[in-house]
Amino acid sequence: MTEPLLRLDGLSVSYRTRRGAVPAVVDVSLALKRGESLGLVGESGCGKSTIAFAIMRWLAGRGQIAGGRVLFEGRDMAEMSREELRRIRGKRIAMVFQEAMSALNPCLTVGAQLTEVLRFHEDIVGHEAERRSKDMLAEVRIPDPDRVFRAFPHEISGGQQQRVVIAMALLANPAVLLLDEPTTGLDVTVEASVVRLIAEISRRFGTALLYISHNLALISRVCERIAVMYAGEIVEEGPTRRILTAPIHPYTRGLISCLPESGADKIARPLSPIPGQIPAPWERASGCFFQPRCGFAVDGLCNTSHPPLVTDGKGSTVRCLRADEIGADRIVAAASEALAPGEGIAVTVDQLSKDYRLTPPGFRGLLPFAEPLRIRANDHLTFNADQGRTLAIVGESGCGKSTFARVLTGLERATGGRLEVAGQDIARLSVIDRSRDQLRALQMVFQNPDETLNPSYKVGRQIARVASRLLNLGRKERAQRVRDLFAEIRLPAGIADRKPRHLSGGQKQRIAIARAFVGRPDIVVADEPVSALDVSVRAAVTQLLMEIQRTNGTTLILISHDLALVRYVADTVVVMYLGQVMEAGTTSQVFSAPHHPYTEVLLAAQPKLEGDRGLDAPVEGETPSPLDPPKGCPFHTRCPRKFGAICETTRPPEQVTPAGHRMACHIPMDELARVQEKVTT
Amino acid sequence: MTDTTQTTPTLRSLLAESPILVAGLSILTFWLLVAIFAPFIAPFGPNENLIPMAMPGTRVPDGRLMLFGADHLGRDILSRMIYGGRTVLTYAPLATLCAYSVGVTLGLLAGYKGRWIDELLSRFADLVLAFPVIVLYIVIIQKFGASGLNILIAVTLASSPGIMRLVRGVVLDLRTRAYVSAAQMRGESTLYIMFVEILPNARGPLIVDACLRLGYVTITIGTLGFLGLGIPPPTPDWGSMINESRHFALVFPHMAIFPCLAVSSLVLAFNLIADGLREISLAD
Repeated sequence: MTEPLLRLDGLSVSYRTRRGAVPAVVDVSLALKRGESLGLVGESGCGKSTIAFAIMRWLAGRGQIAGGRVLFEGRDMAEMSREELRRIRGKRIAMVFQEAMSALNPCLTVGAQLTEVLRFHEDIVGHEAERRSKDMLAEVRIPDPDRVFRAFPHEISGGQQQRVVIAMALLANPAVLLLDEPTTGLDVTVEASVVRLIAEISRRFGTALLYISHNLALISRVCERIAVMYAGEIVEEGPTRRILTAPIHPYTRGLISCLPESGADKIARPLSPIPGQIPAPWERASGCFFQPRCGFAVDGLCNTSHPPLVTDGKGSTVRCLRADEIGADRIVAAASEALAPGEGIAVTVDQLSKDYRLTPPGFRGLLPFAEPLRIRANDHLTFNADQGRTLAIVGESGCGKSTFARVLTGLERATGGRLEVAGQDIARLSVIDRSRDQLRALQMVFQNPDETLNPSYKVGRQIARVASRLLNLGRKERAQRVRDLFAEIRLPAGIADRKPRHLSGGQKQRIAIARAFVGRPDIVVADEPVSALDVSVRAAVTQLLMEIQRTNGTTLILISHDLALVRYVADTVVVMYLGQVMEAGTTSQVFSAPHHPYTEVLLAAQPKLEGDRGLDAPVEGETPSPLDPPKGCPFHTRCPRKFGAICETTRPPEQVTPAGHRMACHIPMDELARVQEKVTT
Repeated sequence: MTDTTQTTPTLRSLLAESPILVAGLSILTFWLLVAIFAPFIAPFGPNENLIPMAMPGTRVPDGRLMLFGADHLGRDILSRMIYGGRTVLTYAPLATLCAYSVGVTLGLLAGYKGRWIDELLSRFADLVLAFPVIVLYIVIIQKFGASGLNILIAVTLASSPGIMRLVRGVVLDLRTRAYVSAAQMRGESTLYIMFVEILPNARGPLIVDACLRLGYVTITIGTLGFLGLGIPPPTPDWGSMINESRHFALVFPHMAIFPCLAVSSLVLAFNLIADGLREISLAD
């Protein structure tokens, strides 16, 4: 067997902290052959980024390699001199980081940063360097290389920034490319195109890839092999297809089964979350690290001896003591009861608009009577939310879905149209003008678990405060309500006495859900409630939210960009683009043909475990600026099914089927159904 | 999940964390003890006239030692320094506290309410900050006469705009947090949101700034004393001690040196504490 390009041999890394040395990576062995692509999957804190930094020998001051070796082309990198390492970094092993904006120097043009790579590694300067840089920009599918070459990083979009960073990494033609969550923070359609580019690169340039991500579906699109990490060690490794179809380790199975399968809904296939949460490095269990959360753990075996990594004959390795016994089992989740039908309309949205006014930039903004710029964040929205059901609002960033949530909850005031809740128009009623009962009826779950709770107070006190404000409860009843809620969100009552910084992200989000439900609201708005959480925790929190909704009979308005989640949770769906409703209907209407072309693009961009389907080429390009929205149909600049000048000049009419499926498109729905049917079959 | 409660900081862990902080706290503790126990430590009364212009180390007839010598009126310099510590350690924290109550309230208002309130307060702050501080002090104290109360007023007027700006900046960031929206959505009053939801989370930068500002105020009180605008004589005060020494500085430098050392050590202490606190907050 030939020596692999990059080999980690029992690598251990620990960080020095106040608690002493904390092992972040424990005895990890991996091999990457020339031209191979390996995915490293794991949830936050499992040590996957640390591995990337350890390979580059770039550990921050507190990190150190505690054991093992990193071999590059057969040579131990620990024995290389600083100068040698400097030449290898960037030239032979290149890295693409999480956030492109911080990887680019804001003071230099893109061109200057690209040519610097060539100057440093290959001594190429002048026209030759410029030509090669522009060629590379074209290679990473940047539409206008000349303009981007001269631009500063802030002048190009997020997706283009990430492409520039990839171009920069590829310029020196490295043997290995390390990618650390390269698509975090990008919109789904942009993410899909960047991932496609990465997969293409590894094929065309023969570059070996080490792709680090928490997103199993995304990795499966790029990588031939996948290694799954948990609590600092590899628990399973094997070919992508095998890992996806026949995972052995209980953690890998858990990861797969807690993703909502596209095509499944909440009644047919409930999510099966992994119980518990990821342990901090100093909290790891004895025996198998995963055993406290494992459904297959056996007392006396799994909690006493630490399982070794066992290799079978077919190139798969698993770290589980019971791998042989549990190999054949499938996880079967219990089916939940069907939802009762809605009893009426909870929210009526009628021609609702919200404009923001901005001071124009530059000198004009200083003039006292300058015409303010207007951004139409919500443009004549019309839809209803059924009582006791879940309405999902879907769209990419900047589509106005969060603005709608702010108008509904009274944090902003609408500039036009009506918004009816319980027979009253609250479109222009801000929070300070709403009565206590109106406030009680409408609560919200926020996106970021780190900002949703006040860090200065114990969480129990924060929930009790809501009870006293909205329900006017006395001290005793308040405490009782807090206890009941903690039981409902399945957290031990002792947590009430902790401050938010002592809680995990999932726990914080549960508390946030409890806080929203204190006053038994009629409507709860959830703005991306699980998008900031780890995959295994996500399923549990989603499940909790649905359960607490069901027991309280609450109307849930879910705002999300995650179509799989929406399909799973929602009863009706509204798709928004640049402040306008593109499509609306029941979940099954929206998720089956005919789709609005934008919905079609979103569906195609969604990473799926089962492999690609639908439109083969998701759209290139990014959402136009809402300051200068396109005339006619807002989506015409990116629409794969645009058919003529009418799309650019005339706003599309709204088509409605008798069953209530609405969409705004010039193409008749029958026609759309016909062409889309062809693609799927 | 095991409990991750913090360990209470012991002197040893604090010393390891930030030696600078420990140094600053030690100097401050020293001056605090000196000020509190002044009557027991000072060898003489602060206004006792003994031997004018005595050199350091002179003994009075009853055998007591004038370690740092005496001033032109024959008052023991060491004793006046010890009593002078009481003046500065009363007025510096008091003045800082006044400046903070005004600055924090205005900063919260400007940052949280925004719009014209912010515009009005910020422009007013610019106006005050654009004014030379010393001239401001002189104008105020000339107008109302030198007294402890006027020192408080002068310091508050001059420092609160800076504090307001700092608070405003932090609040602009904090007011977009989801917990503030959540508070609005349960109908909390503006005052409650400003002081209960936002202010406690701004404490980090404010505590560091307060320590630095205590140092500045110490200097200010010294300066006012030096200009003859501070606490009226004969109350012992480091600034006025330096002022009184002006005419004799070339011949009897000890009259100026010891009070100067006192002022600078106290300012140093406050600065070290501020640095140490910043160091610890960055390490977390």
